[in-house]
Amino acid sequence: MTERSRPRLNIGAVRSTFAPWADPAAKPLVRFENVVKRFDGETAVNGVSLDIYPGEFFALLGPSGCGKTTLMRLLAGFETPDSGRITLAGEDLAGKPPHQRPVNMMFQSYALFPHLSVERNIAFGLKQQGMPKDQIADRVTEMLALVRLDGLARRKPHQLSGGQRQRVALARAIAPRPKMLLLDEPLAALDKKLREETQFELMALQQQLGMTFLIVTHDQEEAMVTADRIAVMRSGEIVQIGRPADVYEAPNSRYVADFIGDVNIFEGKAEFADGTTVRMSSPEAPGGFDIVEDDLLDVGSTAWLAVRPEKIEVHLDEPPPGPNRMAGKIEDIGYLGDWTTYLVELESGRTIRAARANAKRFVDRPVDWDDKVWLTFARDAGVVLTQ
Amino acid sequence: MKARRDRTGLAALAPFLWLGLFFLFPFLLVAKLSLSDTALAIPPYTPRIYWSAGLAGLKTFFAALDFETYARLTSDRLYIVAYLSSLKFAAISTGILLILGYPLAYAMARCAPAVRQALLMAMILPFWTSFLIRVYALIGILKPEGLLNTALRLVGLGPVNILNTETAIYIGLVYAYLPFMVLPLYAVLERQQHDLLEAAADLGCTPFEAFWRVTFPLSLPGVAAGALLCFIPMVGEFVIPDLLGGSSTLMLGKTIWTEFFANRDWPAASAVAIVLLFTLVVPIVLYQRQQAKLMEAGR
Repeated sequence: MTERSRPRLNIGAVRSTFAPWADPAAKPLVRFENVVKRFDGETAVNGVSLDIYPGEFFALLGPSGCGKTTLMRLLAGFETPDSGRITLAGEDLAGKPPHQRPVNMMFQSYALFPHLSVERNIAFGLKQQGMPKDQIADRVTEMLALVRLDGLARRKPHQLSGGQRQRVALARAIAPRPKMLLLDEPLAALDKKLREETQFELMALQQQLGMTFLIVTHDQEEAMVTADRIAVMRSGEIVQIGRPADVYEAPNSRYVADFIGDVNIFEGKAEFADGTTVRMSSPEAPGGFDIVEDDLLDVGSTAWLAVRPEKIEVHLDEPPPGPNRMAGKIEDIGYLGDWTTYLVELESGRTIRAARANAKRFVDRPVDWDDKVWLTFARDAGVVLTQ
Repeated sequence: MKARRDRTGLAALAPFLWLGLFFLFPFLLVAKLSLSDTALAIPPYTPRIYWSAGLAGLKTFFAALDFETYARLTSDRLYIVAYLSSLKFAAISTGILLILGYPLAYAMARCAPAVRQALLMAMILPFWTSFLIRVYALIGILKPEGLLNTALRLVGLGPVNILNTETAIYIGLVYAYLPFMVLPLYAVLERQQHDLLEAAADLGCTPFEAFWRVTFPLSLPGVAAGALLCFIPMVGEFVIPDLLGGSSTLMLGKTIWTEFFANRDWPAASAVAIVLLFTLVVPIVLYQRQQAKLMEAGR
């Protein structure tokens, strides 16, 4: 699939200038070239090509069964590709067993050795490298401090909480200083609060170590928060690669738009496209849609408009007629504290999702059930999709 | 609430009642016998308790008990030899069982589930035949004109004389106890998470190193369980040495039988049994501790 470049639009908040993928001179650390993997005739990974750069925090995101874990296991050496090539720092990994690959994996199950104490779990890979005993002890102490487990060195895994086990698994995987850390659904077993905290810890850790991280997750929030770039996968293929804000604000397909976050998708016909604006007709909106969009669509072709709920405004008073305007009735209100989600039934019968941040504690005229409302959104609020 | 607690109390009493009736009481009987002396009487020992004499009778009874039989055991070389050779047979057989049983259990645990079930069945199948019949079948194989020597003659070898030698006892013990070694080993090996081996490989272990650093240490509870499960009954084993080992081999099981039935020396037989029991208490306690630890760590 092609990635769309949108030079005129500044999408999302860009915090750093770290963007080796945009630099043609940058050398990737890992390169997947047309990698295919089949299990009993089922294609798990279907011709994936992907570059991951040194120091990057890269996320493979997709629903279960999309091949993201297989892709990671191919890199770790637990699976062998049926065709294609995987290189690490320029070196072809073909035929290299897992124990010879300079990548370490943090398993979803943590896979801690139950017969070994925390410190001996962490020392496991170091011992295997033949590191002298005193150096191992130093490194273990350093790792314990890094993941804030000092004092638990002598515990056995079954004496630890889930969060502590997760950190032992992390320390064990980074202790041998691999070229790359692979994280397979690392936070899936933690509860929500701990998961959120750990997401930020992972980011801090990655920056501190300067290590390249590859994370596999089905949790879009986890990928968005932690990663520099996200590859969205679907049935063995990468559908889109981009920074979290790219993938969220400029999805290249209905699949990506729908998979990442909530979205309203309107089907319509392109009526006009001049490279800056696309005008669409749609049964949902009498005034049609008028969208800032540089794609040149064929007039009369079917297109879809994706608009995120938080970009839709809810009005109790009728706004002046025009494009990007729909009338409806409040069907349901979901109050989440920080956000309120409105389900609005349009005249066509379609239900649209609109969301508003509850920035103020008191509102003059709160929107109520069965209220007649108008929905509008700005010309740059939506993205036109052709697939 | 209170009534319910009382009933649970009663239920908890059941195992104690059972143990008291079938373990403690017979044990006390045997212990008492071992402190008695032989006599030409029916039953062939003295003293006996005469309840009609009341408390005084009980007093004379206790006064007549002594450790004379035990002294006899330590002074007679025969008992010591039997004791040591029993330990030797049990220990060496346990070693052979481990060497044979571990790879077998390992292979079974690594098989495809369907094959695994079939192998497990095959392992248990011999139990459907009487133990005695199986030992007699072994005699048929090992005897001078038996299956083994016939087969050896066909290929121009032999004959070998195995029956009524120590080798026959080892063969019999290993054959009879193999399932007791394999099953506990299989249980721990089968339960082992495959991702632990992947983690070991990921951290730099070759498959061989992963086995010694992960699989084997994790299977130690199974090794201990299997070893004790075989060692404990093998020390007192009677049928196999009696049928396969001929008359020259001395083992405690056989000694007890001889003392009891041939010599009608019930106190000596009881004393040997008590010594055997105390010898085995150590491994039994070890075994229990191991099991308790497993339960504690069990997930």
